[in-house]
Amino acid sequence: MSFFDMFKSRAATAPVARERLQILLAHERMTLGPKNLIAILRDEILATVAKHIDIAPDALKITMGQHGSVSTLEIDVELPTEKIAPARHMPMRATA
Amino acid sequence: MSKVVVVTSGKGGVGKTTSTAAIGAALARTGKRVCVVDFDVGLRNLDLVMGAERRVVYDLINVANGDAKLTQALIRDKRVETLSLLAASQTRDKDALTEEGVARVIEELRGLFDYVLCDSPAGIERGALLAMRFADEAIVVTNPEVSSVRDSDRIIGLLDSRTLRAEQGQRMEKQLLLTRFDAARASRGEMLSVADVLDILSIPLMGIIPESEDILRASNLGAPITINGSTSQAGRAYEDAARRLMGESVPMLIPGEKKSLLTRILGRRAA
Ligand SMILES: Nc1ncnc2c1ncn2[C@@H]1O[C@H](COP(=O)(O)OP(=O)(O)OP(=O)(O)O)[C@@H](O)[C@H]1O
Ligand SMILES: [Mg+2]
Repeated sequence: MSFFDMFKSRAATAPVARERLQILLAHERMTLGPKNLIAILRDEILATVAKHIDIAPDALKITMGQHGSVSTLEIDVELPTEKIAPARHMPMRATA
Repeated sequence: MSKVVVVTSGKGGVGKTTSTAAIGAALARTGKRVCVVDFDVGLRNLDLVMGAERRVVYDLINVANGDAKLTQALIRDKRVETLSLLAASQTRDKDALTEEGVARVIEELRGLFDYVLCDSPAGIERGALLAMRFADEAIVVTNPEVSSVRDSDRIIGLLDSRTLRAEQGQRMEKQLLLTRFDAARASRGEMLSVADVLDILSIPLMGIIPESEDILRASNLGAPITINGSTSQAGRAYEDAARRLMGESVPMLIPGEKKSLLTRILGRRAA
């Protein structure tokens, strides 16, 4: 190790910290369980629905359940009627 | 509508209690009715930081167990009349707190206050889980340092799985409060930068609180740094964070960046 390297590694250790954390946390998020799965699913489903319909984040409910021998994933999206109604009525208004 | 917010971190000593007091006082000064609740049973400190340590008669456990009425246990701040404190017990151990008891207290607090801020104990065990259990939102307090960031990631996982909201399939709002930030050290690459921490934890940023002697002074005096309106940089940073919690959009200044940009421009002109 040259004198310059020593100086450099002393000064900027943050990039090393960042990289170590990224590797460690990627691993820990996997092993510490699927509990994050619901949160991830919720965010992704919300993003997908929100692309087409204007919904509040609270309008989406996701629950995982166990009914006898089957596991279920329940997705409940509350749609604002007035927000999807115009799309349906549009052709009618066009003919009128 | 009343909001219950947990101030949590996983790692100890990162600034949860300081932040609960500072944000609580800042919110209360805008006229909101605020109660700060100490969940750190056995190691209570919020009373001290709030300057109310000699006024504690009843505590959270007394109320949760039905030994005292909530109104008897609430300590009204003498400086800001919309601010109250519910202290933790110093003598009982943390198993004295039951989930049903906490549920009842939180429900009653919701009826009296606009904001209920729950100061979580460190760790990821029972005490920390009870503090977050009934929250609508979370403030994740993190220092720009590897072990704190790792523990925050762990806490985020728990917020998304072990809170009532998460179990009911609802979204748990989480915001990052980066505290004890030293802009000079971050710019020299000695400390994780704001961007690094945000990138790793990927939750919205609520504020950046600089490392500051004023914080120590404030806790020495038992006066939250925002209690008199802020004269210090850290106090202003906490006030901005409180306004963001209320849903206002306040521009975020990343400490050090403004200065470096300015010196860059000045430097160029001089050249
Ligand atoms: N921005 C800051 N600048 C300087 N010192 C700070 C800052 N924030 C907090 N501190 C100091 O750090 C110490 C720990 O803060 P605090 O008690 O708020 O942390 P905590 O997360 O509540 O700790 P615990 O996990 O033990 O409950 C205190 O001495 C406090 O004064
Ligand atoms: Mg504390």
